[in-house]
Amino acid sequence: MNDIRNPMDTLLRTDRIPHIFCQGCGVGLSVNCFTHAIDSLDMDLHKLVIVSGIGCTGRVAGYINLDSFHTTHGRAIPFATGLSITRPDLKVVVFSGDGDLTAIGGNHFIHAARRNVNLTIICVNNFNYAMTGGQVGPTTPIEGIATTTPYGNSEPPFNLPFLADSVGAVYVARWTVYHVRQAARAMAEAIQKNGFSFVEILAPCPTLYLRRNRLGSSLDVLKMYKERSQIQHAAPTNTVGIEKNSDIILGRFVDKERSTWRENFDNLHRNKMGPKFLSYGG
Amino acid sequence: MKDEAKSLLTGIHFIDGDMACAEGAIAAGCRFVAGYPITPSTEVVERLANRFPQIGGIFIQMEDEIASSIAIQGGVWGGAKCMTVTSGPGMTLMMEHVGYAAMTETPCVFVNVQRGGPSTGLPTLPAQSDVMQARWGSHGDYRIIALSPNSPQEAFNLTIDCFNLAEQYRTPVFLLMDECVGHMLGKVVIPAASEIRTVPRWYTKRPPGEYRPYDAGTNDVPDMVKAGDGYKFHITGLTHNEIGYPVMTADTQEKLISRLIRKIDDHVDEIVRVDRNNLDDAEVVVVSYGITSRVAQFAIDQARKRKAKVGHLRLITIWPFPDAIIRSLAQNARAFVVPEINMGQIVHEVERAVAGRAAVRKVSHAGGAVHHPDAILDVIMEVAK
Repeated sequence: MNDIRNPMDTLLRTDRIPHIFCQGCGVGLSVNCFTHAIDSLDMDLHKLVIVSGIGCTGRVAGYINLDSFHTTHGRAIPFATGLSITRPDLKVVVFSGDGDLTAIGGNHFIHAARRNVNLTIICVNNFNYAMTGGQVGPTTPIEGIATTTPYGNSEPPFNLPFLADSVGAVYVARWTVYHVRQAARAMAEAIQKNGFSFVEILAPCPTLYLRRNRLGSSLDVLKMYKERSQIQHAAPTNTVGIEKNSDIILGRFVDKERSTWRENFDNLHRNKMGPKFLSYGG
Repeated sequence: MKDEAKSLLTGIHFIDGDMACAEGAIAAGCRFVAGYPITPSTEVVERLANRFPQIGGIFIQMEDEIASSIAIQGGVWGGAKCMTVTSGPGMTLMMEHVGYAAMTETPCVFVNVQRGGPSTGLPTLPAQSDVMQARWGSHGDYRIIALSPNSPQEAFNLTIDCFNLAEQYRTPVFLLMDECVGHMLGKVVIPAASEIRTVPRWYTKRPPGEYRPYDAGTNDVPDMVKAGDGYKFHITGLTHNEIGYPVMTADTQEKLISRLIRKIDDHVDEIVRVDRNNLDDAEVVVVSYGITSRVAQFAIDQARKRKAKVGHLRLITIWPFPDAIIRSLAQNARAFVVPEINMGQIVHEVERAVAGRAAVRKVSHAGGAVHHPDAILDVIMEVAK
């Protein structure tokens, strides 16, 4: 019976199992969605690259059997920018956490979206900094308990789809790790987009955030995701902020076309310089 | 990158050090530069923003220096030769990715056109006060290489050397240029492509499955790959084994860090370049680098006229430091004089290498101008007595 294997094994570095994720962690489910997404696409996996920053989700690059880069904290997007604009034959996916991408990496996030660099950003939002022991982050809800907000968080959190939309992302979706099929489909759609696409995946952190905030087990949270979620495709992103005890709005909020950084760079110089322009790699 | 020769402006030019640096990068095969504007380095990227679209290169102005210093490393792993350009305050931000390049062995070039500091300091005026930052600025133990030009021509030549050393040793390499070399106009001869030596990236000959990214074999420098070729390799800034996987053990750390240091330390003689002048009978040795070497040479010429037996050791390579050369000179020299536009940085390295065998005198200058030659001459004459 030794030949029974998970059909997604070829997409994983099985020699790195066991992984570091806790029991009930949402990162593993997100990775599973990602493997199903790329499996559904029938693409040349030699041309698919994954880049992560630092944190629990930042470890994902190390488990995916692709060319993979585990960069520095917050800097996955600018690393991926350098790779993507010089290698338009590659599809570059940035897979990282909410703190990595939108706190320390927030400046890079907004500028890569503004430029419309051809990147797919998969952001696992577990509402806190988990790798370092559960500190408050830019997505922690008001009154959320974290080690650095022991009496509760006084800061309003980011509404990540609104952030991504407002700075120019061509595709914006949000799902939870309960909605695995929809999440996998959204990742596949995002990868197929030409430009800066963004998928937020809400995920439980049972070891730290759930425990400190007495939110029960990961299973309880999956049930909560099921009960409190409302699917509203094309919902205006300024209405999808996550409030305490409110409905969680999910869906594909933005899906539009916009030329990429590299297309704009080449087109502008071709128009202005004529035959004197030589495209990179050309 | 068709037709490299066409991208070279072979001929005689009258340009400044910043522009010469840009042309040197082009000559070295660099076609991707990410940067952020900062005085006195901006002319380098302005020149490239103009030149690159004509020759198949890309310059992108990033949102900050942190982004610039990691975007180039994405470019490297896509197969490009890459550089970023900044000055002290930007270099401070880039230190995160000097460490990443050292740890992941990503060959890339950091140009620092130095100005006065600390903090915002003297944006338009010279200093040589980032010498120790270049060596030690990022956390952890690692080695880098740093070269210091003293003329626009040398800015061109040494920029090419920076790229070649980066490829040869898979390490970040600094061009530590002084503001007044960056802004100095001078004759720069750009040779024909056939006369320029460039070191190509050494890609593995092993097929996927047999390749291990950090298996360095016997020469301590592992072969490279690039994204998109089917190797499915993993690169991390964490301590890693030969496969490139993170391994958090003291043994793995010892093995990796020792190799990163050894690959430079065991090749100091091949890396180090100095300019020797009148050293054969020297009882006093002036050790200098960059713009200060030009002022020092004037002072030395004056001292020679006064019969002082003084010679000049100009450091073209600042890091790794040429310990052996200094040690050897210390056998005959009575004193070393170290002028630099800082409050004393390289003088500590000279003291360490001399190890008490001769007197060592610094001629410090807080920055904002070059030394007056008399400041150096006075110390030479004092120790030559």
